[in-house]
Amino acid sequence: MARNPEATAAIRASFGVGLAVAAYGVSFGALAVTAGLDVWQTCVLSLLMFSGGSQFAVIGILASGGAAAGPAAIASAALLGTRNSLYAIAMAPILAERWPRKLLAAHWTIDESTAVAMAQTTIEAKRTGFWWTGIIIFLGWNLTTLVGALLGDLIGDVSQYGLDAAAAAAFLGLLWPRLKRVQPIVVAVAAAVVATILTPALPAGVPVLMAALVAVIVGITNWFGQRESSAETPPEPRAANGGVS
Amino acid sequence: MTVWQIILAASIAVLALKVVGYLVPASIIEKPAPARVASLLTVALLSALVAVQTLAVGQSIELDARVPALLVAAVLLALRVPFIVVIIAAAATAALIRIVT
Repeated sequence: MARNPEATAAIRASFGVGLAVAAYGVSFGALAVTAGLDVWQTCVLSLLMFSGGSQFAVIGILASGGAAAGPAAIASAALLGTRNSLYAIAMAPILAERWPRKLLAAHWTIDESTAVAMAQTTIEAKRTGFWWTGIIIFLGWNLTTLVGALLGDLIGDVSQYGLDAAAAAAFLGLLWPRLKRVQPIVVAVAAAVVATILTPALPAGVPVLMAALVAVIVGITNWFGQRESSAETPPEPRAANGGVS
Repeated sequence: MTVWQIILAASIAVLALKVVGYLVPASIIEKPAPARVASLLTVALLSALVAVQTLAVGQSIELDARVPALLVAAVLLALRVPFIVVIIAAAATAALIRIVT
């Protein structure tokens, strides 16, 4: 099929980002199983939720609080998923899909597909970038999740092998590319302090939710924000280096 | 709640939030505050999860092999090392310290 140069460049970008990100599914799968999920539950998370940050949050909170921390796990996953709503708002006029393809577009609206789309110069290339990145990551993420889950099943004992530290590093890797300005750095530090201080006082999972209040307060007041706020432009998805989502 | 209920409820919530974005008018993100809150929420939650995953054991705070492992991860991230390598290095650091101590 003959394609114009912009669309070809979009497909090339999709493969670059998609293959790199899909490989992280191994770490998710292994960590999910060691957090106490079975292989099926792990795979359903990747198939149905398909948003790395939210998936890591669910297994992180279940690992520390068990099923009793369910409401906190659900709330954390949903709060982390709100940025996908912003990406969806930005992608809707570009994709202009009808149902049921709109539902598939929604499912694949994540950091990476939005980032690749937005980096293209023409509408056609944006659509191409979105769909190619979406399918590459969807297939790759689910396949590598299964591989990771089976590996995690084999490995067994978590802390002996340092997989609990791997989970912390995974969250840091998701956070890192977002720390480019003063305001997010201030929020990150304050949220970490709040969550740590509240940990002894509240049930597992709840301190993480309380830390979200930091974002709400700083976001509304725009403390430490820039005057000509760059937040007025559409949200910037991060696909560089660590942003699985 | 069972683990299955948690997984299905959380997955449906995340998917619904994506669908909502295709249904609301684009004018919503022209106001800076909602967009700013949503992007800072991601930062706050991920940072809180880093802290809890590194320091908490149940409801108590303990400094152990996870702390140096996280520092190694931070250095590697600053050096722009690929994500998967960072994860493996962090796990290996913690595992090694646990074997030695």
